[in-house]
Amino acid sequence: MTDRQGQADERPLTHEEEMENIRADIARRPDAERSPHLDALEAESIYIIREVAAQCERPVMLYSIGKDSSVMLHLALKAFYPEKPPFPFLHVNTTWKFHEMIEFRDRVMRRYGLELIEHINREGLAAGINPFDNGSAYTDIMKTQALRQALRQGGFTAAFGGGRRDEEKSRAKERIFSFRNAQQAWDPKNQRPEMWKLYNAHINKGESIRVFPISNWTEKDIWLYIRQENIDIVPLYFAAPRPVVERDGQLIMVDDDRFRFLPGERPQTRSVRFRTLGCYPLTGATESTADTLDAIIDETLAAVESERTTRVIDKDGGSASMERRKLEGYF
Amino acid sequence: MRDLLKFITCGSVDDGKSTLIGHLLYDSKLIYADQARALELDSKVGSRGGAIDYSLLLDGLTAEREQGITIDVAYRYFTTERRSFIVADTPGHEEYTRNMAVGASFADLAVILVDASKGLLPQTRRHARICALVGIRSFVFAVNKMDLVGYSEQAFRSIEAQVGDLARELGLEHVALIPVSATEGDNVTTASANTPWYDGLPLLGYLETVDADTGSRGQGFYLPVQRVSRPDHTFRGFQGQVEADQVSVGDELTVLPSGERAHVRSILVAGSPAERAGFGDPVTIQLDREVDVSRGCVLERDAGLKVASSVLATVLWMDDRPLEPGRDFYVLLGTREIPGVLTSILYAIDVNTGGRSKASSLSKNEIAVVQLAFTEPIVVDEFKRHRTMGELILIDRVSNATSACGVVERVDDQDARGGDADSHLRMVLKGHAGITVEFPLAGEGAPGADGDAFTVDEVKDVEHRLVAQGLDAYLYQPGPGSHPAEVVAHLNRAGVTVLLAVSPQARDALPRRSDNLVFRDWQGGGGRDPAAIADYVRRMSAADAAAGQGAAL
Repeated sequence: MTDRQGQADERPLTHEEEMENIRADIARRPDAERSPHLDALEAESIYIIREVAAQCERPVMLYSIGKDSSVMLHLALKAFYPEKPPFPFLHVNTTWKFHEMIEFRDRVMRRYGLELIEHINREGLAAGINPFDNGSAYTDIMKTQALRQALRQGGFTAAFGGGRRDEEKSRAKERIFSFRNAQQAWDPKNQRPEMWKLYNAHINKGESIRVFPISNWTEKDIWLYIRQENIDIVPLYFAAPRPVVERDGQLIMVDDDRFRFLPGERPQTRSVRFRTLGCYPLTGATESTADTLDAIIDETLAAVESERTTRVIDKDGGSASMERRKLEGYF
Repeated sequence: MRDLLKFITCGSVDDGKSTLIGHLLYDSKLIYADQARALELDSKVGSRGGAIDYSLLLDGLTAEREQGITIDVAYRYFTTERRSFIVADTPGHEEYTRNMAVGASFADLAVILVDASKGLLPQTRRHARICALVGIRSFVFAVNKMDLVGYSEQAFRSIEAQVGDLARELGLEHVALIPVSATEGDNVTTASANTPWYDGLPLLGYLETVDADTGSRGQGFYLPVQRVSRPDHTFRGFQGQVEADQVSVGDELTVLPSGERAHVRSILVAGSPAERAGFGDPVTIQLDREVDVSRGCVLERDAGLKVASSVLATVLWMDDRPLEPGRDFYVLLGTREIPGVLTSILYAIDVNTGGRSKASSLSKNEIAVVQLAFTEPIVVDEFKRHRTMGELILIDRVSNATSACGVVERVDDQDARGGDADSHLRMVLKGHAGITVEFPLAGEGAPGADGDAFTVDEVKDVEHRLVAQGLDAYLYQPGPGSHPAEVVAHLNRAGVTVLLAVSPQARDALPRRSDNLVFRDWQGGGGRDPAAIADYVRRMSAADAAAGQGAAL
């Protein structure tokens, strides 16, 4: 990890340097250091990613900078080496992401020489939509609508997402190839049968596919794989002293001077880490001293709270809220 | 290192599948605390009046919770100290059978729920049949709601007998039965004191230790090519997953369907160089010389895969719109997608009894054996020989729906002389076989002198009667210098019954019997009455079809 950060200067890398970085980062561990269970998950995901590249006209990989995206990117590098992934990466930026996420994103894209498309909903930004004043409208405008804009503007027919079936009840029922109509909505009552590994990627004009290559991974699998493969992840996943305020039972990090304090609120420095990453005002931290992968994995194995508890948006609208947002086109 | 068991739960609606799995997870403390909390909250407005309704843990979609049924397959992940599990919990409603099939195609073992108070229902049999169809070989019948029958051993044994009959009919080899109560927790994770007559493992213990029979992957190495990678002019690699056996650098491989051969120059496993790759590995293979390879080709060694443009397949029809023969589809098989036609429905299979019947169309959730023809020869094999080359789906060319899934039962042999279609198929389609019946003609100059001999007009009369009855009959009188044996063989293979009228002079030139010729003595029945002879020929032809031994087979 030291040498990855050692390339922090701004000199553009040559193609050979980029390929060497990919080669080094995906190098296979000896048999004894690999888990057969992870090998099977890896093989399934690579198969899916290759099917999309082979069958779909214009794919894109959503890159949310989180740990699941980092694993998905790693799998995409493995699937195609010595070729680079034959599709661009899309980051829907709400402008409220943790600044460490954006730094990490730019570092990774540069290290491998990948094509990044950053999309921001300009109208939303101009209208001053923000997570403090606008609540669920913020998520709709800056995430859901922004994603739809980005996919439409790019003319993308297939978008890889890092969703996992163990995350949430309605995701547990979503196919690996999940279809969206011309309005980019999901019809959960009429999902296309998905038999064996025969993926039917046919769509009509205007329709698109969301593809979830890591559907069958659990949170624990993700962490074990990150450790096995030594995958670089955003430092926010590791515990460190950070300025937070406690609000509605959640610890919210004060990441920049746009933070709006409520009366009586003052930032406190606590040792925290994040189990998921998103917009900083909407992402709860966990008190923890786990500052190594092993310590994180120990905590995860003992977890009594499933990970989305720390995402404030899921609680907005009761237990069906995630499904409802997906019907509306949220990823 | 712990291994992984992928299993499916299925059975009729209200047999308690979601409750069973919910209880399994709950008892084993395998669910996260906040999901348990949501479950308790949901239960307060649920059906069991304050008691925990375990099925709410699994029925994730709003429509499902409102209707109290499971409409789509839900995947759950849990780990015990002995094993990791992925369970596909599937819908019981007949309406959603196709979603159940999705879960079945994913699993290595099926847990089929049976309501102890109801016994095997049609839907139970349908699910068992579909599980077997898509390749599951290990079955557990969880006889549920034992609490409702007072934990009666007799009730359990009677279901055991029914399951035994079903297992014999479907050819299931690995079958276990466990008496459980999903709501009360008997024999779910711990052995129940209510069933002292049952000395087997509880369900979880069984699943933790069972060695699921995933069947043979087939002989030899094969790799369906997903994609050709050409980052620059120096590299051309073939990407795909190893479906059987292993491959090493230096191996000589055959490219199908072209049959070209080349040696393996390099192997990448998940992007890293390797000397060899084994079953399941995602690889990129470089060959030592330029050969014509594209997506849908197969690299193989000693697998004996076939190349054909027509197959017999058992299919599950999954489209709301009924199937009528003659429809064209995209067929996806392995990594090859090709236009094809479902030329005929040979017979439908009753999901309940397994009985066969003629069918002119198929409705959603029906199973049938059908003939598929592709626009050109593709690499294919029987499902039981090489699974991946025998799994297929049919894609509607207008709606893009996955209209059917199926497995290849038989690959039609290529016949260089006679074309691709198979005489057996023609026979089944027409309902009669192409046979040859010899009619000796009277010698020239002495009409009627030979008591057994016919005149050409008499044979014509027989021909007209047969054609009028719908039999493909053809009067063939070989001329001088012709090759009657070959002509007759072709006509028979095409399903035509040949009335071979032979003069005494020509008779010596005929081979009497060979593999390709089935001569019939007309004397076997009918005397000289043309109507009786026609009837006899028709019966012989139909009998051959029924016996499955038509001409030229």
